[in-house]
Amino acid sequence: MSDSTVASASSVPQPKLSKISEAVIRIAGNSQDGIQAIGGFLARLAGRSEQEVMTFMTIPSTISGGASIFQVRIGTGEVLSPGDDADVLLAFYEESYEKHLAALKKGGIVLYDSDHVDPDPEKEKEYHHVGIPITSLTVEAIGGTARDKGKNIYALGLIARMFDLNVEKLEKLISERFAGKDESITKNALAAFHAGYAYNLSGLMATFHFTESAKRAGQQVVMNGNEALGYGLIAAGVRFGAGYPITPWSDIMELLRRELPKYGGMFIQCEDEIASIAMALGSSYSGRVAVTGSSGPGISLKTEALGWGIMAEMPLVVIDVQRGGPSTGMPTNVEQSDLNIACFGGHGDSPRVVLAPANVEDCFYTAIDAVNIARKYSVPVIILTDQAIATRIEAFEEPDLKKLCQDISPDLSAVTDFKPYDLQLPDGVTRHLAPGTRIASGKYPVVTGLEHDEAGHPTSSPKLHQQMTEKRRNKLKVLAHEWKTPKTFGAPEGDVLLVGWGSSQGPLREAVERARAAGDSYSSLHIRMVNPLPDGLDEVFAGFNHVFVVELNDQGFYGYGQLAALLRARYCDAKIRGINKSDGLTWKVKEILQRVKEQLEAAKQKN
Amino acid sequence: MINIANDFPARAGNLTAATTLPDSDRKPLTKKEIAADHPTWCPGCGDFSVLALYFKLIEKRATWHEKVATIAGIGCSSRFPYFVQGHGVHFIHGRALPFATGLALSRPDLHVFVFGGDGDAFSIGGNHLTHTARKNVRMTYVIMDNQVYGLTKKQTSPTSPLGFKSKTDAWGAVDYPINPVKQLVAAGATFIARTTSTNPKHVLAMMEAAMDHDGFSVIQCLSECVEFYEGAFDSANPRKGGAFNEVPEDHDVTDDVAAYKLASEPFPGKFGIHYQVERATKNKLEGDIIAKYQEKVKGLEPWQILQKNFDRMK
Repeated sequence: MSDSTVASASSVPQPKLSKISEAVIRIAGNSQDGIQAIGGFLARLAGRSEQEVMTFMTIPSTISGGASIFQVRIGTGEVLSPGDDADVLLAFYEESYEKHLAALKKGGIVLYDSDHVDPDPEKEKEYHHVGIPITSLTVEAIGGTARDKGKNIYALGLIARMFDLNVEKLEKLISERFAGKDESITKNALAAFHAGYAYNLSGLMATFHFTESAKRAGQQVVMNGNEALGYGLIAAGVRFGAGYPITPWSDIMELLRRELPKYGGMFIQCEDEIASIAMALGSSYSGRVAVTGSSGPGISLKTEALGWGIMAEMPLVVIDVQRGGPSTGMPTNVEQSDLNIACFGGHGDSPRVVLAPANVEDCFYTAIDAVNIARKYSVPVIILTDQAIATRIEAFEEPDLKKLCQDISPDLSAVTDFKPYDLQLPDGVTRHLAPGTRIASGKYPVVTGLEHDEAGHPTSSPKLHQQMTEKRRNKLKVLAHEWKTPKTFGAPEGDVLLVGWGSSQGPLREAVERARAAGDSYSSLHIRMVNPLPDGLDEVFAGFNHVFVVELNDQGFYGYGQLAALLRARYCDAKIRGINKSDGLTWKVKEILQRVKEQLEAAKQKN
Repeated sequence: MINIANDFPARAGNLTAATTLPDSDRKPLTKKEIAADHPTWCPGCGDFSVLALYFKLIEKRATWHEKVATIAGIGCSSRFPYFVQGHGVHFIHGRALPFATGLALSRPDLHVFVFGGDGDAFSIGGNHLTHTARKNVRMTYVIMDNQVYGLTKKQTSPTSPLGFKSKTDAWGAVDYPINPVKQLVAAGATFIARTTSTNPKHVLAMMEAAMDHDGFSVIQCLSECVEFYEGAFDSANPRKGGAFNEVPEDHDVTDDVAAYKLASEPFPGKFGIHYQVERATKNKLEGDIIAKYQEKVKGLEPWQILQKNFDRMK
């Protein structure tokens, strides 16, 4: 809490009201407690108010019963990262208390369920403890059956009281959430909420009120990254998808399965990952870009067919929601270790495009970009998102859907003649004719994974293999040239440049802000198209003494993460160095700054 | 975000629009017009006959080049699309069925044919055969079964009989072969026929019946590899002293147990339709879901449908 005025531990009968601009609230319990629901309500409430919101959620690999947390950071300014340390911890069980107390700021508030938690007297000196018998009070509020289910809503009531949140809006959100279900469910939920809200918080030194923020021009929408990607694809005109369930990709396929029929489309659940990409390619061939996706291991399975897409020059969108790897790895943790497979995975020389969205909002726009690049360059485009963005809820300005939604139906009108792999094409890009198109010459194309001549027929001509390989590469060099060189966040020249991709954009920007506030000359650069790299990055690097590529992957044998190694290979610039970690968690701002300091220190020692 | 939605051509720069006659004024296609590259198969290969009969089917059905799509995976028989004048795809090993499914579901205006061998169908693509059958996707799959890997020069195939000597089983095949009909019955296929390339009239009859079937129609067509498994199907060829026995007239094609029993007969078994039932196709089921959900958003533009979702996320 930036402006927090949590008082010292004297017993004040009535809590004092403090104005704050932002707060980080962590809720820890078990996954069946509906922790995510509390987070969802808070996030949505913030979206409906003028606050920015970002959430950080972990779900254990075990579907139920394991520890679950939800961290929500609500602020009136621009929220860039989930927040390093929590101001308030709400702990439902002894285990959640013990495990997450360390995530709390010194002097922060821990609200615990005194029916389950026995606080540590030593810790009571460091953190402000407030015990509330949440379980028994919930049972009291909603009737005799000891249902764990109402506890989350009771806790929401407590938080609403503590942070002086808008009760009316929350009541509306609760009613909306349970709309269509049995009336008694809504009634119970509201009863639990009101009981929590009415609880006498006299044990607390302070309650809080968020300062008013500047009114935003447009409306805000609140969703997670997987939802933003799914809806982005629909806006882009995608009407067919195929996939196989795997965490954390499954939400996207569930969303598309549910939504596409309204648009006359369909999403097919396949027997395996290979069938999924094959089916999506078949639909792309039918004349309209289709989508498939997966997470880590599933992407490995798709790479052979991806190679066909590159060879045949077939547009396609492939989503990779990265998680901890290799193999089954850490399915519900974040990692950025699929960059290499996304950029280079496959046999043979297989140039393709890789885009990495920076945040939830960017997922929506990246989906549209991916579809349009796939069409424009007739190539598979991989969207490299990750578990953190996938499950994180953010509020962002509502997109102009009327303007953005596009129709990409195929043109089936007849043509005189057609050579799919014409080497004399003005822009060098193959664009396939959809089957069903009549070709007056009577000569029809074959689309193939064999090296081919201009008509698509097999060839083993050394000259043609050379020419076609160049054709597939050169069209994407045009893209690298056309794509805007990214701009630095912060000054274009300075001492330290923090380079990142994907979900680390927020923490990197916050690190820059914090460093600049401390008088250090830091800037950051976000690379959204990681393959091919856009032209002009060397000129950006030239403005800085140090370039650190901050990635959630291992430094490997040679000391550089996956993007760092790529940038070093591309620019032969010795000042490009890596900052890496593989703990399955998102970057904390202080962690980045600490690691940069250490590297700068080490470099100084060397000189 | 870059806005490139409208600043590039949807079609290649080498295209000129053609003015074409309406279908009613078009002359029927001739065999010559349907044939493309000369097949690369070995002289005497059974696949020539299947190709010639596919041409005949297109001719006889008076359809047009652009109304059919010919899809294949990898193998000798999977070179098929290069030899046919029409939209064609040469995909990867074993995955022709899911590719063809994506096409068939997206484009109900086309008839999708898939050609391939026993390796594609029963080995590397085995999983897809099961699931395409169970989903009952509308298309025709002709499996040219030669009981050997021919393109890679004589390794044991999933349908090689026990004792077949190959480069991977010099002492004779030891793995129990797959029985295509039994497997397809169990998977829920709705049309299963057997034929052999040495009986052209029968092949064509099966192709026609398959094309008329509303669902996933599979033909197992014995097609001899003269190079690596010569004489494999002599027992089914009257000219080589064998017998071509058709499915008995009293066989109930809707009885899965009867089909299973019929398929248990010793090689070469019976030829004809072993099993055929009507069951809603995947195409229809998905179409019904679409119709139901489109009814709920009737009269709305796509962006308005999406807007409704976004309004709920405020």
